[in-house]
Amino acid sequence: MTATAESPAVGEVKAMTVTLRILRSKPEGTDEHKPGEQYWQEFQVEAHATDRVLDALHKIKWEQDGSLAFRRSCAHGVCGSDAMRINARNRLACKTLLKDLNPAKPIIVEPIKGLPVEKDLIVDMEPFFASYREIMPFLMTTGNAPARERLQSSEQRDRFDDTTKCILCAACTTSCPVFWTDGQYFGPQAIVGAHRFIFDSRDEGQWDRLEILNDKAGVWKCRTAFNCTEACPRGIEVTKAISEVKHALTTGEF
Amino acid sequence: MTASSAPFTPGPKIKEPRIRSGRLRPGAEQWSWRFMRISGPLLVVLILTHLFINLLTGDGVNQIDFAFVAGKWASPLWQVWDILMLVLAMLHGGNGMRLLINDYAHHATLRKVLHSALGVAVIGIIVLGALVIFTFDPCPLDADPSLLPSFCEDVR
Repeated sequence: MTATAESPAVGEVKAMTVTLRILRSKPEGTDEHKPGEQYWQEFQVEAHATDRVLDALHKIKWEQDGSLAFRRSCAHGVCGSDAMRINARNRLACKTLLKDLNPAKPIIVEPIKGLPVEKDLIVDMEPFFASYREIMPFLMTTGNAPARERLQSSEQRDRFDDTTKCILCAACTTSCPVFWTDGQYFGPQAIVGAHRFIFDSRDEGQWDRLEILNDKAGVWKCRTAFNCTEACPRGIEVTKAISEVKHALTTGEF
Repeated sequence: MTASSAPFTPGPKIKEPRIRSGRLRPGAEQWSWRFMRISGPLLVVLILTHLFINLLTGDGVNQIDFAFVAGKWASPLWQVWDILMLVLAMLHGGNGMRLLINDYAHHATLRKVLHSALGVAVIGIIVLGALVIFTFDPCPLDADPSLLPSFCEDVR
């Protein structure tokens, strides 16, 4: 301890105290709070600027309050489990560094909006997945299956490359103001999922999917707020994908 | 291996796409969206020109009185211009309000009430406005001649 304090190593990242303000809720309630009631709780953790919000949450859960509930699996930005609202923006806790959040102020962590909260930062993802299932996210073909693979040129593959990056974290859908107010809207993610197949040259179910998205609660609900594009941790141009689906619907061109 | 000769049997058919809103009016929202896309830019041109002619040419805002409006509506161009502006603005704004009601009014009865009120307002204003534009009398008989447009003297 003293040795490192007297001669800090070159490039050493200094530890600091960070405050996290977490919007919590317990289905069973606490002494002060009714079951399911949401309340703010502050935690202070020692962390490095290069630590991620997920590390700070882990420190809280492992060292201070084991009852804190949140989802995470791979912790490396691929599984899409730990989307949460951090400082009023949807992000993955495992991809957000503390130094990018102004750690001098309390970091505000909330569950993603628009889905029913189950406990603390965990929401019920079922309505989100139901929308995804509805656009039939699987290859649909007719006729005999070819003896070998279905061929595709690299240009044809590029056409839908952007939307193949989706990890189903729900950051886009739960950042959408239309999704917050209207429970019927498919949400940006389902449209991204549909886009991935609609513009795939191997798939033949485009019009089945477009039919679904032409519905009252389909793409026409999109008001191009661009919240989804900003929220996507994979950098997918979500609003552009939605517009391409609209374009396919109005012109019949792919 | 008989795989190559066996006839391909597709799996069970996927359930028909259902209309989430439970209303069978496919394409309605698409036309609403197209209408907004077309009427929006049209309105920008119509309204900006309207404002330019009324406020920036001639004496500016001071020129606007009964005679000015009467003079404008004596020309079929401005009659068509104003009725277009009225109809497009009411439908564009009304459609926008309809979408807002769809978003925020979750109770079916409330939605119905708001939609009907909106429809009555939109149609009412269009009808009243059209009535004014097309039945407008620029030279009422018992009016002060100094307030009337110049061409009224020829009419009498």
